[in-house]
Amino acid sequence: MSYFDGSGRVPTGFAKVLYLNWPLVVLVVAVSVTGFLMLYSVAGGSYDPWARAQMIRFGVGFVAMFVIAFIHIRVWRRVTPIVYIFSVILLIVVYFFGTEGMGAQRWINLGFMQLQPSEVMKVALIMALAMYYDWLPREKVSRPFWVAVPLLLTLVPMALVLIQPDLGTAILLAAGGGVVMFLAGVSLWYFGAALAVAGGLVAAVFISRGTSWQLLKDYQYRRIDTFLDPSLDPLGAGYHITQSKIALGSGGLSGRGFMQGPQSRLNFLPEKQTDFIFTTFAEEFGFVGSISLLAIYTAIVVFAVVSAINNRDRFGALLTGGLGATFFFFFAVNMAMVMGLVPVVGVPLPLVSYGGTAMLVLLGAFGLIQSAHIHRPR
Amino acid sequence: MHGRKDHSPRITRRGLMLLGIQFGVIGTLGWRMRQLQVEQSDQYRLLAEENRINIRLIAPERGQIFDSRGVLVARNQPNYRIVMVREQAENVEQVLDRLARLINLSDADKRDVLEDMYKRSPFLPVTVKQHMSWEEFALVAANGPSLPGVITDVGLNRNYPFNETYAHLVGYVGPVSERDLSRMEDPDPLFQIPRFPIGKTGVERTLENTLRGSAGIRRIEVNATGRVMRELGRDEATPGKDVQLTVETGLQEYARKRLAGESAAAVVMDVNTGDIKAMASAPGFNPNSFVLGISNAEWEPLRDSKYRPLSDKSVSGAYPPGSTFKMAVALAALEEGLLEPDETIVCRGFIELGGRRFHCWKRGGHGRVDLDKSLEQSCDVYYYEIARRVGIEKIAAMARRLGMGQEFDIPLSAMSSGLIPDKAYKLRLFGEKWKIGDTLNAGIGQGFVLASPIQLAVMTARLATGRAVLPNLVYSLDGVPARRTEAPDLGISASALDYVREGMYSVVNSEQGTARKSRIADRNNLMAGKTGTSQVRGITMAQREAGLPDKDEVPWENRDHALFVCYAPYDKPKYAVAVVVEHGDSGSGTAAPIARDIMMRALYDGEPPLAAYPPAERNRIRAEQERARAAELATQQNGEGQ
Repeated sequence: MSYFDGSGRVPTGFAKVLYLNWPLVVLVVAVSVTGFLMLYSVAGGSYDPWARAQMIRFGVGFVAMFVIAFIHIRVWRRVTPIVYIFSVILLIVVYFFGTEGMGAQRWINLGFMQLQPSEVMKVALIMALAMYYDWLPREKVSRPFWVAVPLLLTLVPMALVLIQPDLGTAILLAAGGGVVMFLAGVSLWYFGAALAVAGGLVAAVFISRGTSWQLLKDYQYRRIDTFLDPSLDPLGAGYHITQSKIALGSGGLSGRGFMQGPQSRLNFLPEKQTDFIFTTFAEEFGFVGSISLLAIYTAIVVFAVVSAINNRDRFGALLTGGLGATFFFFFAVNMAMVMGLVPVVGVPLPLVSYGGTAMLVLLGAFGLIQSAHIHRPR
Repeated sequence: MHGRKDHSPRITRRGLMLLGIQFGVIGTLGWRMRQLQVEQSDQYRLLAEENRINIRLIAPERGQIFDSRGVLVARNQPNYRIVMVREQAENVEQVLDRLARLINLSDADKRDVLEDMYKRSPFLPVTVKQHMSWEEFALVAANGPSLPGVITDVGLNRNYPFNETYAHLVGYVGPVSERDLSRMEDPDPLFQIPRFPIGKTGVERTLENTLRGSAGIRRIEVNATGRVMRELGRDEATPGKDVQLTVETGLQEYARKRLAGESAAAVVMDVNTGDIKAMASAPGFNPNSFVLGISNAEWEPLRDSKYRPLSDKSVSGAYPPGSTFKMAVALAALEEGLLEPDETIVCRGFIELGGRRFHCWKRGGHGRVDLDKSLEQSCDVYYYEIARRVGIEKIAAMARRLGMGQEFDIPLSAMSSGLIPDKAYKLRLFGEKWKIGDTLNAGIGQGFVLASPIQLAVMTARLATGRAVLPNLVYSLDGVPARRTEAPDLGISASALDYVREGMYSVVNSEQGTARKSRIADRNNLMAGKTGTSQVRGITMAQREAGLPDKDEVPWENRDHALFVCYAPYDKPKYAVAVVVEHGDSGSGTAAPIARDIMMRALYDGEPPLAAYPPAERNRIRAEQERARAAELATQQNGEGQ
């Protein structure tokens, strides 16, 4: 109960600055600065094309984070339906009018930046579910009908993201929605059932291979094969994973030094400014660097979950817990992917990978966490 | 205190569980980091050293395309080029100056090369000149010792020896673009090679995966700065498969030349196998211009021309079939038992229905008309009447049975499905009910009805054989003949088909036939056909009363389309030909002679004897043949002279 404020008053005006969760702000800045350094490094020691753009976006997002934090959490609860519906509409718009890139329709061109609605959706979904469970009487949370509603709220955006197609984001949406339901106290039986269904589905995918009712396309099966045995596809995805592991491992205990990673320098690494940026980091800063980065990420998650546990406002608590968990999934999936623990799905390293919408949305999410923290009932 | 805690909305228990799970995952990540970066670090450090062994792709040779007689129509030609490595040249400018004395190298070229070279690493080769003649290439090779850093190199380039002749059918390759890549689910690693060729149109595009082949791998050793030290081994590329088409180059070339000057398309089909013997669209373009990327100055006129040279009109053009559609209407009526072949209908030049007049093309009318005469003289009133009896649904069903309103499974891009309208179609697209006037217009192949030249050829082949013939374009893949099965019977009664065929015979051979001038005089190769002249714009009452204007007064865009479909020999059909001339004004005047000439080329497999032409045309044909022979002789002599 260390966060309990004896005065029992919610701060107003500039006093709010004092009540921010400052350690969280410091950690977010630390991770982002790491990102700038890495983008500078992978560009061969240049602010262009990535580091400068990323720093400008961070500046904008950082200010936005404070503005969002100082607006009362009540206001955010009230606008939640609008945010959710607007995000769903954006996803539909991107399907029809979006820009294609890498074989998927993901972006809406706003002129000054490329908006990626699926990133916005990740936050909007958490907000919507938090609001739902705030409204729902607690004794109803595990009744089938009242479980179906949040499932639907999750499945609609998931389906829209899957047809883009963007499997990574769909998985993150499912995980984010699941966490809010879990925190809200939905019976564990449902989660057991969901895991069983997922397991069954995976089994069906494998059993159906080569039969007339084959569930995935051939090239998707080849990707799975590649994950299980990277040497099968030495020029494609398998090559990426192999190279990524070599770069990581050769970093050793203390790394090759900033801007000194031969693997990164020689262009052996794919997507080095986005999904695979952790590889360069790990090569250059070694085990000491990567475990430190993991520790900072862990601290951010701990701060978020502790703040959630201590918040008596149910909306604020669920929102904080859900957003913290989404952040967790981001870095956990990305790191597991580049270290060859899970198949390659397109998930960036949060606050570090190059990407405008992701940076702004993440900082916005931290703004919401801070707002819930400042305005929590005393 | 205790009571309050029960009602507390906090999420403490689940929150701690979540935190526990997260710590578990984070622990796993940390363990993996330790495993990779501490325990196995030495092993990966070693692999990183070996990583200096880099992998480069070897491009496969693209499959070639042949015609049905084995003539090469798309081939790979050596591309003689020279590249230069800056660090081996020592004095780059001096070497370039020496080079310019041997081969044609402008100052601008020299500047570009220098700029390119100083932008890149000193050990990377820069292309100085490509597509050189063998003489220039040999000259450079012979002077090698005095040209340090200059390397002669032979690449492969796609080349289409018949230039325009196969522009639409075979299509062309071009450098792979972002757009090409975004359309692919799982792009071939070969497309990582900059400017790798990919099929852009025609057979080159639709059979891309067959023709391309798969990449080989070259393992090379690079040092810490990325310089290639030596080659360690290679897996050769698998060349693409060769494709043999059903077309015949002599006929194809003749068809292209015969269409020259028009905006038109022609399709020649074997009625028994469905093999496409020739398929031409005019005007054309030279596909070789696209292989290396076409210049804007060359591309813009092609794109903007109102004659649409880039589009393959034989499969992607959709035109109102006009009177060539009348066979389908007659067959529908005969099959439904709503028409007797000898029954006569009186044509007074128009018919009135629902307060509207529907006109026959002949102002005074045809008088009494039976089925044979209705086709022979292409009476419109006759078809208004029987279309009214049969109704649009039955007409549409028959047209589809004959091959219209559908795409065929042949390897060509941008295929039009044409349009066979029915009541549901109009309601869906215009939200309007089908009117009897729509049926009458459809009865003469106008209104909503649209067909492509290849569909017209299929229709004609099906009329000639009574079988559901489907078009074929691929004769064999990689030496393996394509599987072909005999087309099933259409299920249309033989007598109904015979009546329609007799009508088509009269069109070409009887005194009153609309295409009599374009008949074949050889008794063994008599032809049957049908003319079509389809309106592009409606004719108002006022215009009709003022008298129809002379052809030359009408702007090109507003002239009628000219169509002709035919098959021959009449008693033992071998080929079907369909010709559409955009805004050609008259089916009998423009399209029929073209179709007949192409048909005779196919029938006689070369230059037909003069006696096979109608007497009135022999002089024109003789002059044409002599001109062609003289032109051929001239090119031969030119070839010998060089």
